[in-house]
Amino acid sequence: MSVANRPVHRPLSPHLQVYRWQLTMVLSILHRATGIALSVGALYLALWVICAASNPGTYAGFQSFNTSIVGRIFLGGWLFSGFFHLCNGIRHLFWDAGYGFDIKDTYRSGWIVVGVSAIATLVSWIVGLSLA
Amino acid sequence: MNSDLRTPLARARGLGSAKQGVHHWWAQRLTAVALIPLVVWFAISLVMMSGADYEAVRAWIGAPLVMVLLILTIGVGLHHAQLGMQVVIEDYVHSDGWKLALIVLVRFIAVFCGLAAIVAILSIGFGG
Repeated sequence: MSVANRPVHRPLSPHLQVYRWQLTMVLSILHRATGIALSVGALYLALWVICAASNPGTYAGFQSFNTSIVGRIFLGGWLFSGFFHLCNGIRHLFWDAGYGFDIKDTYRSGWIVVGVSAIATLVSWIVGLSLA
Repeated sequence: MNSDLRTPLARARGLGSAKQGVHHWWAQRLTAVALIPLVVWFAISLVMMSGADYEAVRAWIGAPLVMVLLILTIGVGLHHAQLGMQVVIEDYVHSDGWKLALIVLVRFIAVFCGLAAIVAILSIGFGG
């Protein structure tokens, strides 16, 4: 094997377990986790319109999952994931534009994201239940 | 003047920039910005439709403006999801074969489900 093609073993950065848990890393991990959850949620959304396009029986089956305990937990998680990923995504877009990188700002925007997504989830849930 | 930013080893290997490194990044941001109003609209609509029955849901989906916004939400959403899942797969799956297979699988699922959803929406709106 020539020098040019030999794999390079670069040093790796210290792994997760050496860090103290802090807000910024929790939100970063949550952003990815909710992103994965929402990918499944997007398929669920597709399933919803497909069921609505079929017949009343199929749609009733879909609805009975939504109103079950598992369905409620799933929908609640979906709602929170959506609001969190939306809020934190906007925070990411500000970073992409070059704003909000000071330690103080990252913490402040982080807590705003936590607060807004929690309140939005709660309000949607209460309004939804009162209408249902 | 040497304008090549690669290290001598990288240059010797001949694996330079493919000139499309920024495309994925840009597409992810563009879809993210588009999804902000779409998701807010969809979340409000969903909450307002809590408890709606089969006929009410179909009537809502079939309205022209709702059809457009719903197709955009699902289409742009699935594209954004697929771009994000690609990054996750690239980060955690280290075998080249599995990495490629999973990325292709995610794309196929996204395109299939997106198309199925769009056809479903159009059939509700136009088929009656």
